[in-house]
Amino acid sequence: MDKILTTISGVDFTVGSALLELSYLIAALLFVWGLKLLSHPETARRGNLWAAGGMGLAMITTLLLHKDSAGQGIQMMNVMIIIVFIGVGAAIGWIAARKVKMTAMPQMVSIYNATGGGASMLVALLEYPAAAAGDIGSILVTVLGLIIGSVAFSGSLIAFGKLDGRVGDIMKPFMTYLNLVLMIATLGLGAYIVFSPNEPSEMLWAIYSLTGLALIYGVMFVMPIGGADMPVVISLLNSFTGIAAAMAGFIYNNEAMILGGILVGAAGMILTVLMCKAMNRSLINVIIGAFGGGGAAIDREHGTIKEITLSDAAVLLSYSQKVVIIPGYGLAVAQAQHIAHELDTILENKGVEVKYAIHPVAGRMPGHMNVLLAEADVPYEQLVEMDDINPDMPNVDVAIVVGANDVVNPAAYDDPSSPIYGMPIIDAHLAKNIIIMKRGMGKGYAGIENFLFFNDKTRMLFGDAKKSITSLVNEIKSM
Amino acid sequence: MEQVLSFFFEYKDAIFIIALSIFLGIEVISNVPAVLHTPLMSGANAISGVIIIGGIILVGHADLSRFSLDLVLGILALVFGTLNVVGGFAVTDRMLEMFKKKKK
Repeated sequence: MDKILTTISGVDFTVGSALLELSYLIAALLFVWGLKLLSHPETARRGNLWAAGGMGLAMITTLLLHKDSAGQGIQMMNVMIIIVFIGVGAAIGWIAARKVKMTAMPQMVSIYNATGGGASMLVALLEYPAAAAGDIGSILVTVLGLIIGSVAFSGSLIAFGKLDGRVGDIMKPFMTYLNLVLMIATLGLGAYIVFSPNEPSEMLWAIYSLTGLALIYGVMFVMPIGGADMPVVISLLNSFTGIAAAMAGFIYNNEAMILGGILVGAAGMILTVLMCKAMNRSLINVIIGAFGGGGAAIDREHGTIKEITLSDAAVLLSYSQKVVIIPGYGLAVAQAQHIAHELDTILENKGVEVKYAIHPVAGRMPGHMNVLLAEADVPYEQLVEMDDINPDMPNVDVAIVVGANDVVNPAAYDDPSSPIYGMPIIDAHLAKNIIIMKRGMGKGYAGIENFLFFNDKTRMLFGDAKKSITSLVNEIKSM
Repeated sequence: MEQVLSFFFEYKDAIFIIALSIFLGIEVISNVPAVLHTPLMSGANAISGVIIIGGIILVGHADLSRFSLDLVLGILALVFGTLNVVGGFAVTDRMLEMFKKKKK
C-alpha cells in the first residue's frame, strides 16, 4: 500500500492514497445517487441506504488508509478509540431514532442537525492552528466553517427547545438591531482573523471569541422566530450544517465532504425557499420580522358561529360523495392521525371518496403532516398537495378542517391588510359544506381572525380533535 | 480587481466544485413531491454528517500519550458526527419504511 507509484508536483503518490481518493469519489457519487432516489416515493428508501453505504465506505477507508502530512497512518490504539466512540454514538443515535415519536420528528431532526453543526465547529476549531500556517484560502474556509457550524449548532438547539415547547418565543423590537450588531461583529472578527498578519499562536484568543460570538448569534437568531415559521428555520439550519461540512472538506481537501456538504446546503436552500413561498414571505422577512398580531382588519361583520351536532355531522358525511380532510398541526398535537384514518376507512366503505389536502407548511417541518399520516397507515395516494386539490374543491361535498387555521383562511385572498394576504391556502371555503374541528375559538399561530368560521356553509364541532373524531366514527358506525 | 482574479485563479478548482455542486444539488432535489420533504431533509441532514471524516482524522492522528483538551474535543466531534450519521439515516429509513409498507 505504501509503495510510491509516482510523484506528482512533489507529492508522493501511493496505492493507499489512490484507493482512499477513489473511495471518496465513490462515496460522493453515492451521495448524489442517494439524494436523487430520495426524491421519488418509490425509490426513496433505497436512496437513503445508498447514501448511508457511501458514508460507511468513506468512514472505513479513512480509518484504514488516511495518512497525516508526515505520511503516518492511523495507529492501532487510535483506531480502537475511534471504533469505541463511534460505537457509543451509533448506539445512542440508533436507539433514539427507533424510539422517537413521529410527532417529535422535527425535534429529532433539529438535534441531529445540531450535532452535525457542532462537529463542524469542533473540527474547524481544532484544525485552526494547522490551517493558519497555510495560505489565506485555508484560513478563510476554517473561519467560515467555524462560524456557520457554531450558528447551526446553537441555532438548532434553540429550534429543538422551541419545537419541544421548552423555549418560548422571545421577540423584542431591539433584538432585530442586536442581532444585526452581533452578525456584523461575528463577520468582522472573522475577517480580522483571516487578514491579520499575526502568528496563529497569537490569534487563539480571537478564534475562541469568534466561536463564542457565533454561538450567541445562533441563539439570538432563532430566538425571535415564531412557531409557524419553524419549517423555514429548520430548512435553513439544515442548509447551514451542509455548508459547514463543506468548509471542513476544504480544510482536508476532501472531495466527498465538499460535495456532500454543498449538496445538502443546496437542498436545504431549496426547501427554505419553497417554505417561504408557501407562506408568501421572504426569507429576510422571516428572520427579521415577527409574525402575528396587528395588521388584521377586524372591522368586518363577523356573522355568527353555527355549531353542528355529531349525528348531523355523521349523516352529512355518510351521504356525501367527496370528502376532503384538511389536517393541521392541531391534529398531530391531539394524536388524532390514527383515528382520522379510521374515519376515512369507514367512509370509504360507505362509498365516499376521501382525500387529505396537505398544505406545504402543515406541521412543524416541511412535509411533516405526510409523515404523520403515513405513520397512521394512510396510503400516500390519498394525500393530495394543495395545488392539485384546489381546482377540485368546488366539487367537494364536505371539507373537514382538523386543527388547521391559517392555511384555510380566505383572508389570504380578499383582505389586503391581513398579514397572510397572498399566502397560498387550501380553498376550503369553496367546498359545499365545511366542518371545522377546533378546541375553541382561539386564533391560529398568526393570531389572525379567520372568517371561514363565520361562513354560511361552515359548521363548527368544538372539542379535542381526537375525541371529536372518535365520537364521530362511533356515530357513523351506529347509523 | 487583480486581487480578486488572482484569488479566483489560485482556488479555481475549489470554486468550480462549489459552483457545479450547487447546480447539481438544485437539479437533483427540485420537483421533489411534498410527501417526501421530511425524509429528504433528514436524509440530507444525515449526509451532512460526512463531517465525521474530520472527526476520524482528528482522533486518528491525535497524540494519545498525554491527556489534552484537543483530544477531548476531537472525540466529542467524532461522537457528534456519528450521532448525525447513524441517527439521521436510521430515522430516515424508519419514516420511509412507513411510506413503503402500504402499497395497495
